[in-house]
Amino acid sequence: MNPSMSRDTPAIEMRNVSCRFISPDGKATIALRDFSMSVARGEFVAIVGPTGCGKSTTLSMITGLLKPTTGEVRVMGAPVDGIDPRIGFVFQADAVFPWRSVLDNVAAGPLYRGRSKSAAYDEANEWLRRVGLDKFGKHYPHQLSGGMRKRVALAQTFINRPEILLMDEPFSALDMQTRTLMQDELLQLWAGAGSVVFVTHDLEEAIALADRVFVLTARPATLKKVYEIDLPRPRVTSEVRYDPRFIEISRDIWHDLREEVQIG
Amino acid sequence: MSTTTSEQMMPSGIDAASLAHVERVAQKRIRQRHALVISLRIVVLVVVLGGWELSARLKWIDPFFFSMPSAIFDQIVDWFVNGTSQGPLLTQVWVTLEETALGFLIGSVAGVFCGIVLGRNKLLSDVFSLYIKIANSIPRVVLGSVFVIALGLGMASKVALAVVMVFFVVFANAFQGVREADRFMIANAQILGASRRQVTTSVVIPSALSWILASLHVSFGFALVGAVVGEFLGSKQGIGLLISTAQGAFNASGVFAAMIVLAVVALAADYLLTAVEHRLLKWRPAAV
Repeated sequence: MNPSMSRDTPAIEMRNVSCRFISPDGKATIALRDFSMSVARGEFVAIVGPTGCGKSTTLSMITGLLKPTTGEVRVMGAPVDGIDPRIGFVFQADAVFPWRSVLDNVAAGPLYRGRSKSAAYDEANEWLRRVGLDKFGKHYPHQLSGGMRKRVALAQTFINRPEILLMDEPFSALDMQTRTLMQDELLQLWAGAGSVVFVTHDLEEAIALADRVFVLTARPATLKKVYEIDLPRPRVTSEVRYDPRFIEISRDIWHDLREEVQIG
Repeated sequence: MSTTTSEQMMPSGIDAASLAHVERVAQKRIRQRHALVISLRIVVLVVVLGGWELSARLKWIDPFFFSMPSAIFDQIVDWFVNGTSQGPLLTQVWVTLEETALGFLIGSVAGVFCGIVLGRNKLLSDVFSLYIKIANSIPRVVLGSVFVIALGLGMASKVALAVVMVFFVVFANAFQGVREADRFMIANAQILGASRRQVTTSVVIPSALSWILASLHVSFGFALVGAVVGEFLGSKQGIGLLISTAQGAFNASGVFAAMIVLAVVALAADYLLTAVEHRLLKWRPAAV
């Protein structure tokens, strides 16, 4: 396609991006200031920062739902223009459609994209099996637990085979045990296929999952520091957190983050 | 203490036999309460109707003005058997029902359509919301007179009034329902690949549906009011005319009898709408 595009082109590139919001009553606030980040293909990046600092803003700009005020956002080497079909997004809130059965929810992506009904449902059944919900295809979301609904959301996103997966505190509403299970499930589903940007306020979650952790400052957010997480893969999130190296890294990052949380 | 599941080790009070006993007692109590409620309802009905009948017969109230249950019943039977002054009773019911249903259908379709269009378009909704608020605050029954003048004594004027009565209620609800559509769900659909039209049909309309259906309940009653008031203001057929004729003849029983016929029609329609609603909203958790 594009001659400048090669394996070395980063999947996501943000160069000196700032973002300013205009509220409905006409006031301007700065959510993000001079932020730069580059995510390689197949890399798992986590962004942590104090609550409400503008972490989610970065994701909105990658999807194209939000335009940067200054700076440049590139996806697969090309500037962002509208929603890129190679992107998948898992939300913090329950964004599965309550009026569709579990199977219809998972099949939504292929159907929107014009696949035939039989192909879409075949694939949906396959993904339901992968997330262990093959017996629940006919159920409606309200009949499932929070963890199961999140699995539906994961299957719904993964069925489109996104090359870039954006996750906005996807597991923050789950209880501790379910969250750990979901993290492992995510790592298995991902398995290095595609780049992930995972926004969270949970530092341990970020370290357990990611290759690199970006720490943001309090609002207006800017990059404070980037940490390489050199824990070996494949990781089991429920065990890796007892690794001495994990504890060491988490102590370092927390030292940085604490100042920002106190400011925020 | 060691954990064991053998029944002999269970302390008394939570073994199988006593659980079954407690369940039986509880279920009996629930049944008894149900029976109590129903019998109290019957008592209330008997006291009210009996008191009315009695005080009319004893001349505590004037049966000429306030009628009495037995006279109302006789009137309904008479209408059924001998027909009304305007023709058979069922024809009158049918005429009113036709006007109501037509007005309800046109009004709600138009209301849903306008609600969705304005709900999805910020500029249109900012411009029109003021006028709709004004139009909504006018007592719309008054328009009935205009419709009778303009559209004549036939069905059109009643349907028009019913449409006006229904439209605003349904419109307001559809509009609100569209605006309340969860923005994360909309974003989710967009990222999954939905076009703007697919977002409207597969996210916005389903999420507005519970609002719209709730308004349909209320607005069927409004359509009935519109049709009856329209007939009242001038017509050749219908229950509204029946009421106005009875009023002209100082026939209080006739007015009450027509009212009861209307109530039966409204209740039947409500039952039907509830059934439709359950069918369409089966994805929702059961109401607590």
